[in-house]
Amino acid sequence: MIRRLFVLVLLIIIGYFLGTAMASIPFGAEKVDVGPYRSVGNYYVDNTVQETGGVNAVTSIVVLYRGFDTLGEVTVLFLAATGLAAILALTRERRKLKKEKPSLIMRVGTDYLFPAAIVLGSYVFLHGHLTPGGGFPGGVIIASGFLMLFLAQWRYKVDELGLKIIESLAGMTYVTIGLIGLFKLGTFLGNFLGKGTPGALLSAGIIPVIYIVIGIKVGSEMTGLLQNLRETTENE
Amino acid sequence: MSEAIKTFFSPSVLGPEIFYGSSVALFLIGLYMVLVKKNLVKIAIGLTFIESGVNLFLISIGYVWGKTAPILNKTLMMGTPSKEVVDPVPQALVLTAIVIGVAVTAMALSIVIVIHDKYGTLNISKIKELKW
Repeated sequence: MIRRLFVLVLLIIIGYFLGTAMASIPFGAEKVDVGPYRSVGNYYVDNTVQETGGVNAVTSIVVLYRGFDTLGEVTVLFLAATGLAAILALTRERRKLKKEKPSLIMRVGTDYLFPAAIVLGSYVFLHGHLTPGGGFPGGVIIASGFLMLFLAQWRYKVDELGLKIIESLAGMTYVTIGLIGLFKLGTFLGNFLGKGTPGALLSAGIIPVIYIVIGIKVGSEMTGLLQNLRETTENE
Repeated sequence: MSEAIKTFFSPSVLGPEIFYGSSVALFLIGLYMVLVKKNLVKIAIGLTFIESGVNLFLISIGYVWGKTAPILNKTLMMGTPSKEVVDPVPQALVLTAIVIGVAVTAMALSIVIVIHDKYGTLNISKIKELKW
């Protein structure tokens, strides 16, 4: 009880200082330099079509301007999935599962929703350079389809070796694309493909290629992660 | 459309403080959960609350009245788009932060599973080695 009171006082103090700090930031006002190229955000927005061919400035930043950062991000996700698998495989005891059949609604609904989830996920990562979205949300949508399968069918299991192979191939393709850019243009992850017409599906150089690779990688990674988190059914 | 959004979120109806206020509120709720709750799963949920608060704060800092999303169409490409669309850098940063948040949550949950297997409980006050 004393501890809870102490925590509440602490939270009020933190909230007061956060609130006063945020009150000095006007909401919705122009915060960066308004001049043509003085802020990096304005530069990205004004030059993304000429330099990258992509109309979605956010994905141009994520894949091209800060592509190396995204490679690191993918690595972090990979490390988290691997670390989770390692922790659970080393220490977790395999236990019998309580048998409780998923309801009919769940099973039938999954039959219809699983293909839709795969199609929607592929759409999101294919159109990353044109619409909101990209490889990460697309991959997570695909993994959510597999999560529905895990929930609806207790015995369903994805082949883990296959997932690992797909994931590793996708990661290697990402690095290979970066190396081709290095040899052709002299910069790692350089945009060596044509820019195309802005707004077309086949445009923006390597952005859609990299987003397809990221989508497949994130999808397989998250699927493996969900399968690891699920209770195991092996020693039945 | 943007005019309608502006009137809906104008100070007379909700106040722009709603975005900053809710980000601070999410942060504080998450901190409260992490500090007070005894269930380890609830603590992990509190961590995701803190993440959401920070992400919402970053996004609402990047917003500018009357500007649209940084996705260019034909009319925007003609002029100088930086006068029409918001700063894309905070959005790209938040995209990264969300992915890192997923990784952190997954690791936290795996540790929770291991603790549950070892001690048979999720209540941190029953795990003697962790008492404070």
